[in-house]
Amino acid sequence: MRMKTEKRPAPIGYANAGGLRNLPRNLAVDLRRNAGLYLIMLPILLWFLVFCYAPMFGLGMAFERFTPGKGFFASPWVGLQNFRNFFESIYFLRLIRNTLVLGLLDLAIGFPAPILLALMLNELRSKAFKRTVQTISYLPYFISTVILCGLIVLFVQSGGAISNLLVGFTGGKSVNLLGNGDSFRLVFVLSGVWQFVGYGSIIFMAALSAIDHEQYEAAVIDGAGRWKQLLHVTLPGIMPTVIVLLILKMSSLLSVASDKILLLYSPAIYEKADVIGTYVYRVGIINMDYGYSAAVGLFNSVVATILLLSSNAISRRFSESSLF
Amino acid sequence: MIAGKDSFSRLLFRTVNATLLIALGVACLLPLLHVIMASFSEPAKTLAYGGFILWPLGKPTLNGYKILLQYKNVWSGYANTLFYIVAQCLITGTLVFVASYVVTRKRLRYRNAMMAFMMFTMLFNGGMIPSYMVVRYLGLLDTYGAMLIPSAIGVFFIIILKTAIQGIPESLEESARIDGASAFTIMFRILLPLTKATFAVILLFVAVGKWNEWFSALIYLPTAKDKYPLQMFMREILIRNNDISNPNEVANNMQTYKTLVKYCAIVASTLPILLIYPFVQKYFVQGVMIGSIKG
Repeated sequence: MRMKTEKRPAPIGYANAGGLRNLPRNLAVDLRRNAGLYLIMLPILLWFLVFCYAPMFGLGMAFERFTPGKGFFASPWVGLQNFRNFFESIYFLRLIRNTLVLGLLDLAIGFPAPILLALMLNELRSKAFKRTVQTISYLPYFISTVILCGLIVLFVQSGGAISNLLVGFTGGKSVNLLGNGDSFRLVFVLSGVWQFVGYGSIIFMAALSAIDHEQYEAAVIDGAGRWKQLLHVTLPGIMPTVIVLLILKMSSLLSVASDKILLLYSPAIYEKADVIGTYVYRVGIINMDYGYSAAVGLFNSVVATILLLSSNAISRRFSESSLF
Repeated sequence: MIAGKDSFSRLLFRTVNATLLIALGVACLLPLLHVIMASFSEPAKTLAYGGFILWPLGKPTLNGYKILLQYKNVWSGYANTLFYIVAQCLITGTLVFVASYVVTRKRLRYRNAMMAFMMFTMLFNGGMIPSYMVVRYLGLLDTYGAMLIPSAIGVFFIIILKTAIQGIPESLEESARIDGASAFTIMFRILLPLTKATFAVILLFVAVGKWNEWFSALIYLPTAKDKYPLQMFMREILIRNNDISNPNEVANNMQTYKTLVKYCAIVASTLPILLIYPFVQKYFVQGVMIGSIKG
């Protein structure tokens, strides 16, 4: 049966497409011929419709005074009121600032760290030592977010091992590092580095091992020392990988791990620790101000998409690498 | 790199490099070691010590674990999480496989359109509140479905499995078909075995994601505590500092014991993962690679 299908000459309307005009007919022909395939695909496409596209259209509630009882279609339309409320509130600048500060801190420390680790591992001659360090450095990646935050709380509370360690350097009294906005930021970013540095280095290790050995030989013949080899062979060799990952990182600048912040922050430090994601949760899920929180979320999504597209464009302009 | 003869500066560099890497290794292991040791220590001494604990302080004790075991929620959390992992792997594995199979059939005229339809959702999404509304209107709140259905499919998984299927030589399928193989035979006897490695990576990511998940439980299971995954109870114990009831009057000194139980809870909920880890490390490394191709 299937063999017959394969060998049957394509019916008219399939081979010469004819653009959109013939869409209904093409679709009908295709649906009839491959009914089984489309049938098993149907639930999957429906899932996308319900769980991805419906929320997208549901963003319309950002322009409504939305109440679940009235629903999407009956809730009163308020235009840009929700956005205006957000932009005029004290939260707007504070959230942007906090989100950017945490995102940029993570970019400045969290992004180069795995590259540096990969370069350092690359200098090792002992395979066993290298593998041991790698395996150990992956370990923190496997700790769940909740447990990681539990660890952080235990270590940086007043009298915790890390707080005490810090007192050893700076003197003074052992304090809860999560109780202060500035140290909260550092704890947040550095714990992220701790968790991801090893795992993040895997991809750079692969890029490093993909560099052609002959390039190093040529460089040595040209009189390059280790430093020059690093500068002119190694770094250009991993640059495409670095740039692609940098674009990804830039595009997620606004999506700081808000679930981690949610576990670690406290009202006392909202001023410095509250970010868009946590605010949307509080206002939307806890206070049930759905229309307004959807507006804040929409604002976030739009800015994030702009960030992705522009960092991609910049990278395409100045280098060979881009995502699309 | 090509190693020349070691000059003094080179030797210095290598020493510093190795030392820093060892320091990193210590930094990764020390907190974990501390937690394990603290979970066996006398709680009063742990609180008084204030540094990294490298051996059990005082008389080694299992009291913390005993209290933890009496805490029923931990058991139900474990059971729920295991259920979520198995169910999600089955659901997601099936759907992703079917979707990848369909969009790689060359005779489908609209396979690329379907792929685009799915991939667009990577660029833009509705976000937390509208998604919550959809789940709510479907009546899924406080059901097991709320933890499984909204996360049933990952576009990224479809992309990597599709790439893997496309990497299989077409002639293989053709010859099977000539030998009279049905679509099912082709799916399960050819495509599945040949994409085993990719499939394993996908299931691993699904499983780890489920193991870590807590936020969707927070918003999608507002009252159904009996359906909470383990991580939600861990949050109660570790972050919110409540819910450790002490049925045995073990101690009047609750605060001290709370800390001990916290350490035990961390060990009990992390050890399984760390024990499995050496066996699956290979797949994780592969996963990063597969991801990077499309990244």
